[in-house]
Amino acid sequence: MTAATDFKEVDAAVAEAPMVVKDQTPFRRFLSDFAESKVAVAGFFTFLIIVFIAILAPWISPTNPYDLATVDILDSRLEPGEKMMTGTVAWLGTDGLGRDMVSAMFYGLRISLGVGAVSGLIALCIGVCVGLASAYFGGRVDTIIMRIVDLQLSFPAILIALVLLATLGKGVDKIIIALIVVQWAYYARTVRGSALVERNKEYIEAATCLGLSHNRIVFRHLLPNVMPPLIVVGTVQVAHAIALEATLSFLGIGLPTTEPSLGLLISNGFEYMMSGKYWISIYPGVALLVTIVSINLVGDRLRDVLNPRLAR
Amino acid sequence: MTALIELEGVSKRFTRKLDIAEKIVNVFGGHIREQTVHAVDNVSLAIDEGEVVGLVGESGCGKSTLGRVIAGIHPASEGTVKFKGRDITAMSSGESKEWALQVQMIFQDPMSSLNPRLRVRDIVGEAPAFHGLVTSEELGAYVDEMMLRVGLDPSFGRRFPHQFSGGQRQRIGIARALAVRPAFLVCDEAIAALDVSIQAQVINLFMRLRKELGLTYLFISHDLGVVEHLSERVVIMYLGRVVEVAGTEELFAKPNHPYTVALLGEVPRIDRRGQAFMPIKGEIPSPLNPPSGCHFHPRCPHAMERCRVEQPALREIAPGRYSACHLNDQS
Amino acid sequence: MVSNTPTLQVEDLKTYFYTKAGVAKAVDGVSFSVAKGEVMGLVGESGSGKTVTGFSIIGLVDPPGKIAGGRILFDGEDITSADGERMRRLRGRRIAMIFQDPMMTLNPVLRIDTQMIEAVQAHDKVDRQTAFERSRDALGQVGIPSPEERLKAYPHQFSGGMRQRVAIAIALLHKPDLIIADEPTTALDVTIQGQILYEVQKLCRERGMSLIWITHDLAVVAGLADSICVMYAGRIVETGTIADVIDRPLHPYTHGLIGSVPSHNKRGQPLAQIPGMAPSLLSMPQGCAFHPRCPRADDKCLVDPAMSTPRRPDHRVRCFHPHLEDAA
Repeated sequence: MTAATDFKEVDAAVAEAPMVVKDQTPFRRFLSDFAESKVAVAGFFTFLIIVFIAILAPWISPTNPYDLATVDILDSRLEPGEKMMTGTVAWLGTDGLGRDMVSAMFYGLRISLGVGAVSGLIALCIGVCVGLASAYFGGRVDTIIMRIVDLQLSFPAILIALVLLATLGKGVDKIIIALIVVQWAYYARTVRGSALVERNKEYIEAATCLGLSHNRIVFRHLLPNVMPPLIVVGTVQVAHAIALEATLSFLGIGLPTTEPSLGLLISNGFEYMMSGKYWISIYPGVALLVTIVSINLVGDRLRDVLNPRLAR
Repeated sequence: MTALIELEGVSKRFTRKLDIAEKIVNVFGGHIREQTVHAVDNVSLAIDEGEVVGLVGESGCGKSTLGRVIAGIHPASEGTVKFKGRDITAMSSGESKEWALQVQMIFQDPMSSLNPRLRVRDIVGEAPAFHGLVTSEELGAYVDEMMLRVGLDPSFGRRFPHQFSGGQRQRIGIARALAVRPAFLVCDEAIAALDVSIQAQVINLFMRLRKELGLTYLFISHDLGVVEHLSERVVIMYLGRVVEVAGTEELFAKPNHPYTVALLGEVPRIDRRGQAFMPIKGEIPSPLNPPSGCHFHPRCPHAMERCRVEQPALREIAPGRYSACHLNDQS
Repeated sequence: MVSNTPTLQVEDLKTYFYTKAGVAKAVDGVSFSVAKGEVMGLVGESGSGKTVTGFSIIGLVDPPGKIAGGRILFDGEDITSADGERMRRLRGRRIAMIFQDPMMTLNPVLRIDTQMIEAVQAHDKVDRQTAFERSRDALGQVGIPSPEERLKAYPHQFSGGMRQRVAIAIALLHKPDLIIADEPTTALDVTIQGQILYEVQKLCRERGMSLIWITHDLAVVAGLADSICVMYAGRIVETGTIADVIDRPLHPYTHGLIGSVPSHNKRGQPLAQIPGMAPSLLSMPQGCAFHPRCPRADDKCLVDPAMSTPRRPDHRVRCFHPHLEDAA
């Protein structure tokens, strides 16, 4: 290299290079950060297993516990490990009506997760629309919506669900509606908080300056940047929904007996707790516990990973 | 010749209205008042095509708010803003859209002025595509051209903002503004957040673009050295009001308003050694509670009784020079 | 020259950050000394290591960073590996620090008097009333009007400039021998900055206090300091008196920085700019860290230059091709 006489000559030669950061989408960066916690990864895989069980329940269950043709009252209250009339081993015992616990739990997980996920998803969509509208338009719209949200959130979830189910009656769809009504407000408030922060950022002002439409600004600029906290809330809320549904079923006002969730199974087994037939309640209880804990572990890790990134 | 941008008596107020709880308290005898910030107070200004006007002031002076009113991000509370002679509130939708694109803004914070979830080529290309300025076939080449123009390698268009340095992000912001073919750029402290050596690069970029594209600038800054270098005319603001307007050389050689004098005296300059700093006394008042009469009177070494009572008008004291000070009336 | 022990002597200080992406050598062999009553400017841009140097001296470097080598001598005593208790006794009493954000010093939920009295009593066994009076006097000295009333206020009731003055007053409570100020006026308005610089200058002259002023603003340093160290990518590239370094800079980086200041250029003409960007600490160029951006670089620069004194013994530069052609 020969020496240049001043800086102007170097200018052309020096290329402007981005910083030494791997060419990664924000998503891949997020995945590698998430994976740093072994506990969270374990929780995630546990949850994945549970989801697979739930989806594949009809195919992987040893028996179909709701096929009245195969259920035999003579099988009832068998201890874990005993054989049933049909010859299959009841690894976790049978319940009061002769249903194999393992199968009942698989189907129960299916219902519990299904109800939790569907209600969570719909509540999320409603909450996001309401929260975004509230933050973007501000003023009176914001005040009215937030007062409704506050009102809703000041009632205990159980109370609202009880009242709703008393009026609507039993059924999977009724439970889902009740869970949606209970959850949407929480999403709305979270989204609004996040959106208010993002809305004041300069890239939103820039989008306004560039003449983009309201729709585009809200859905293409605001929403993707509001999503991270929402994902955290979402996972925890799904866990809450599952727990709430189990509670309602346990109390007998939730799902009907034809579609029992884990809560109902626990409830069914409750009467046998004192007579030493623990397995009818305990195993569904453990399944519920493991589900909720794994979801919470994932949610916790998400919160840790997504928060410092906001400050990065 | 009609000025490109004209402001007549523009004011911008931010009022924090009382909410339900406070209204109830007032019913019971509380005296909670609405708080109003007069961010911009009766400003009249004309900017001609091709000019570079510097807008200088300290915190609370309203320069950023004024920039946003001009760029159309905030509507003015009072007064008229005219673009090419037409009142922006009285424009047809076609003219309105033209105005919106012709006036663009470069923001201060390179971190938060770019959407972190979009790739650079989408950040730059979104608006031209949305407004149909280029066809979708031409879009790729158009974005590349914009990036080259601001000194960025077009192959980096696939990357995300977090992968660039502050100076490069600022260039991306400039490319985004240029992509809609503006005539007028409001630069709101566009270089304040950058390192000194990068500031020089971006300043040079602004100058080059001005020559190549015939742009007009409103350069908002607190850095007097940069303003002196770039601008032809300088406007000084204090607590929402314009206190002095003059050509750059005249202003720096012979400032008229006491605030300008103090400001120029305070600025550390690299050739002043062992500087004995002689500060102006007092704090900058809060915009929520500005002093009566002339806003500067509590800190002014030449304050008179009249200054406390009567707001001085912005008067032309020499051709092209304006100052808002009662001292000028004495001659 | 001064024959007393310098208040601070830093010898070949190395502070490294051990991150999962590699070792970032934030400070890589920095040496300087500050005499009693001297004001030294530590100048550099982001990533130069100036703030980490300040933090290393006062012992506030957190993991994954640690001091990996070198010595820090405070008034002749080696404090590089001083234990927590020793550093705690020094901090606030003989070495004080002022941060860029005064809210790093002030607790938002406590009143000013509570915080200042606590600071006084941490190092001096005096009763509350005496501590209160000392606090009040300290506030008066930094130019805060009606200090008795102000003491009862909370930090959020002050403006930014006032808060910074309170932070400076706290730093001065025990009349330290050395103050390290990390960009204290960068976030403040020009007129407020002027007031604070005035106060600081006055106090240094009256008390014979040493001051290290860390900043990126050459103009502030030019007006305030006696000597200057210019840092780039973790190393000092030039050091000397203000007159020498600013009027007759030797290092191409210093030369470029000063040349790019608008007042040194003709109005309306492009500024003399330094091309490119500072290197990432995780991937430094071979040899001289500045050579990829330097117009005077050649193959010699692929080797790390050592400090030399081509012109005067107290004007040191780390370069193979310093600007000796400028007026001597």
